[in-house]
Amino acid sequence: MMTGFRAAILAAGVVLPLGAAHATDLEVTHWWTSGGEAAAVAELAKAFDATGNKWVDGAIAGSGGTARPIMISRITGGDPMGATQFNHGRQAEELVQAGLMRDLTDVATAEKWKDVIRPASLLDACTIEGKIYCAPVNIHSWQWLWLSNAAFKTAGVEVPKNWDEFVAAAPALEKAGIVPLALGGQAWQSSGLFDVLALSLGGKDFYFKAYGDKDEATLTGPDMAKIFKAADDARRMAKGSNVQDWNQATNLVITGKAGGQIMGDWAQGEFQIANQKAGTDYSCLPGLGVNAMISTGGDAFYFPLLSDEAKSEAQSVLAKTILDPATQVAFNLKKGSLPVRGDVDMSATNDCMKKGLDILAKGDVVKSTDELLSADIQKQKEDLFSEFFSSTTMTPEDAQKRLASIIASAE
Amino acid sequence: MTIPATTAGTPARKSTRPNQYFRNMSAKIASIPMILTAVVIFAGGTLWTVLYSFTNSRLLPRMSFVGFDQYERLWAAPRWTMSIINLGIYGIFSLIFSLLIGFLLAALMDQKIRFENTFRTIFLYPFALSFIVTGLVWQWILNPEFGIQSVIRSLGWTSFRFDPLYNPDLVMYGILIAALWQGTGLVMCLMLAGLRGIDGEIWKASRIDGIPAWKTYLFIVIPMMRPVFITTLVIIASGIVKVYDLVVAQTSGGPGIASEVPAKYVYDYMFQAQNLGQGFAASTMMLLTVAIIIIPWAYLEFGGRKRG
Amino acid sequence: MADIASLNTTAVAIDAARPQLASGPRGKRPARAFSGTNIMVYGTLLVFACYYLLPLYVMVVTSLKGMPEIRLGNIFSPPVEITFEPWAKAWSSACTGLNCDGLSRGFWNSVRITVPSTIASIALASINGYALANWRFKGSETFFIILIIGAFIPYQVMIYPLVIILREMGIYGTLSGLIIVHSIFGMPILTLLFRNYFVSLPEELFKAARIDGAGFWMIYFRIMAPMSLPIFVVAMILQITGIWNDFLFGVVFTRPEYYPITVQLNNIVNSVQGVKEYNVNMAATLLTGAVPLIVYFISGRLFVRGIAAGAVKG
Repeated sequence: MMTGFRAAILAAGVVLPLGAAHATDLEVTHWWTSGGEAAAVAELAKAFDATGNKWVDGAIAGSGGTARPIMISRITGGDPMGATQFNHGRQAEELVQAGLMRDLTDVATAEKWKDVIRPASLLDACTIEGKIYCAPVNIHSWQWLWLSNAAFKTAGVEVPKNWDEFVAAAPALEKAGIVPLALGGQAWQSSGLFDVLALSLGGKDFYFKAYGDKDEATLTGPDMAKIFKAADDARRMAKGSNVQDWNQATNLVITGKAGGQIMGDWAQGEFQIANQKAGTDYSCLPGLGVNAMISTGGDAFYFPLLSDEAKSEAQSVLAKTILDPATQVAFNLKKGSLPVRGDVDMSATNDCMKKGLDILAKGDVVKSTDELLSADIQKQKEDLFSEFFSSTTMTPEDAQKRLASIIASAE
Repeated sequence: MTIPATTAGTPARKSTRPNQYFRNMSAKIASIPMILTAVVIFAGGTLWTVLYSFTNSRLLPRMSFVGFDQYERLWAAPRWTMSIINLGIYGIFSLIFSLLIGFLLAALMDQKIRFENTFRTIFLYPFALSFIVTGLVWQWILNPEFGIQSVIRSLGWTSFRFDPLYNPDLVMYGILIAALWQGTGLVMCLMLAGLRGIDGEIWKASRIDGIPAWKTYLFIVIPMMRPVFITTLVIIASGIVKVYDLVVAQTSGGPGIASEVPAKYVYDYMFQAQNLGQGFAASTMMLLTVAIIIIPWAYLEFGGRKRG
Repeated sequence: MADIASLNTTAVAIDAARPQLASGPRGKRPARAFSGTNIMVYGTLLVFACYYLLPLYVMVVTSLKGMPEIRLGNIFSPPVEITFEPWAKAWSSACTGLNCDGLSRGFWNSVRITVPSTIASIALASINGYALANWRFKGSETFFIILIIGAFIPYQVMIYPLVIILREMGIYGTLSGLIIVHSIFGMPILTLLFRNYFVSLPEELFKAARIDGAGFWMIYFRIMAPMSLPIFVVAMILQITGIWNDFLFGVVFTRPEYYPITVQLNNIVNSVQGVKEYNVNMAATLLTGAVPLIVYFISGRLFVRGIAAGAVKG
């Protein structure tokens, strides 16, 4: 009988307001608080409110250290929200195992998520022991090199087409007083940069052997040594970018004080706000111009298990709404990320994002490090690369040994 | 000088023994919230974290014991060692300068100056502002590209170098500049409250005897302010041990790991790495160190018979 | 100064005036307005004032600039075009997710949290301090030492145990739960503060009151509390700042309808992705800090009153 009722609501879908009797307030926590992000959330809320329910917004900025203890406290304290954002990957595993999260398999089956979500690995990340626990909402990719056309013009060299050309152009940039590579001081940026080098220069197989299989021979082998050699180049090229935040680093590229930056697709927003045009003012090289591959990290919504039947129904409606094609387009255009459905029209987006969509369509995607490695390993990796990129004494060989031992300690 | 024992005891002495437990009854009842907080929250909560530091708890606490594994990993981590060293440097300088500047400002404020309210508010206002933004502002001021260094260079001294936040050897001092800015106002206030609590007769007497002001401060006033100094010391020291936000806002622990501190290690591993066990192990080590220093001192200071 | 001069002219009046002068509350005031001591006193204060004001200057100047100017400009340069938009935005239109009503949204919640939490924590701690200073009982020092060590526990470590305790008490997510949490974490330092202040008060007062037959509460309300204005002010400064600026407890232990102003501040200042609007950040910080600042300024006058109380008792 319950399933019948649920199916009825699902059938009603986004079109029919269900009337006051079924209107349910659902508190949704997330950490999307900047201008563009909030505009994107507004699209989700609008779509959800159109179902006759009410989105109660619980935005908390600051993903890792700030939002997480709050979300976990609320869930374990017995006063959970209706739904919460999490990076998909391994972060919510334990909450699921503790029986605190809601199983969404019924919604996913009814909505044929398995057929529409692309790449399929996104749904795998939500699946624990054969059951689906989260609704993916977007794809963010890390593997982008953003280049300032003006900086290369000043230095009198061609805008590079790949990583090697970029490294070769570094001396000319330096001579012109330009920092070749902008890199913010926060640890996650150094670690992310290294992972981009690993995938883009090492290729898909290497990346999976190292981070997926955690293969010792690969981690200590000559291919990894090559990546560390490139990281050593990057370290030299990044000297002198005295900034902390990633967007301050992006700003160096925008103003032509730096040649380029390796950063995720969210950097795009900064260029847009500074009224820069892809192709003329700046260039983007997915996969560093070597291997046009992107990793598919991103965000997903998880739903705590609630005792209130009406709220549980509202959760199902929200899960369905998130993956609705219209919502996907509206949300991702505002957010500057890629949709998780392959069957939606994103022609309104700009050139760099179109490159991303092409890569996605070709299926040249890999799982993100968030999915392959635990948060604990990721953090230790961050500590290592933060140290490596600021150090003048740590050799690539030492760093390689330490990385191997960190990954070897993974359970 | 055993005031509590004698004065509190005076009326009760007449009564018979069975009333022993009911003596000071009001005081005991009034202390119930304190006793509960101390026993249940602080002692209980600490035991709970120590217990879980021996487990491999990740996102949620769970009872799967792994012995001393978390501690072995902790002491093998270069970042933890660095954090301890940094805390030492930062702690010593912060303690000395906070007390010095705080007392100096309080003594000056106590000279019956004009605009006392204005000056006090100026020294105290940083205490009211959020760490994240004050850290950001100091990060700007100390940034070589657009802060003090660039201003002085533009005035003609082109070789001038002042970039403490970007120099691994100096970064803790750069953080110290902002920390003193933020915290000395409160120390000044505490000291001022202490000075104002001192009997005006003392000053009159010393003036009549012709003792210079600095001597009066050093040999009469400061010893009389001992309780206030102790309070201040504990406030500063607990702030030092827990220093976190300021580092995050200014350097995020960088360059590299050059300005990492223990509290940051604890939070990062608890909530970012989702390794509660590791975070609890680190916090247990912090607390153990604090306890080793404080317990003997505290028994001497508060437990003895002396008062004042 | 003028008094002394006029007194000097009337030789006869000197002896009569001396005791009067001596008993006045003027202490060790430097004699002349432009004496060397005075120049040193004000000089030093001004130098320190510059150190404290420099960041404020940067913040104010930045909060009055537009974003393009901040991106390119010098942080010390005054704004070319003064705009109050960042202030307006921070107060009334900055968004927390979907709620675009700025800091104003959490303002009254913060008042609702701060007032009772400050009063409760100071009341509790002053009574604790008084009991510890004047009415010790067996074991009281041990509890006190546990409290002092508690001051050194990074409070994030205590979140999970506290969540469990409040859940079992059935007050997780309520305002009273949050007030209890603030009282707990304020207790170590505040108790120490009051204990040590009461210990330094002249003990004759307490003795005399006991002989007159006054009890625990009578002495506290009639003698100890009125004599401790400066330390109550310090405690207020500590608590109001701490609780007003608290973010983590406010969101971990309550529900969205009680979220304090700092949730908005955090969301403005701490966004992980997207553009950082530094001008709005600065304006929001100054606006949020305004409440504790006003309290400092007003309550600061009580320090002076403290002196008067001291003079009377002396």
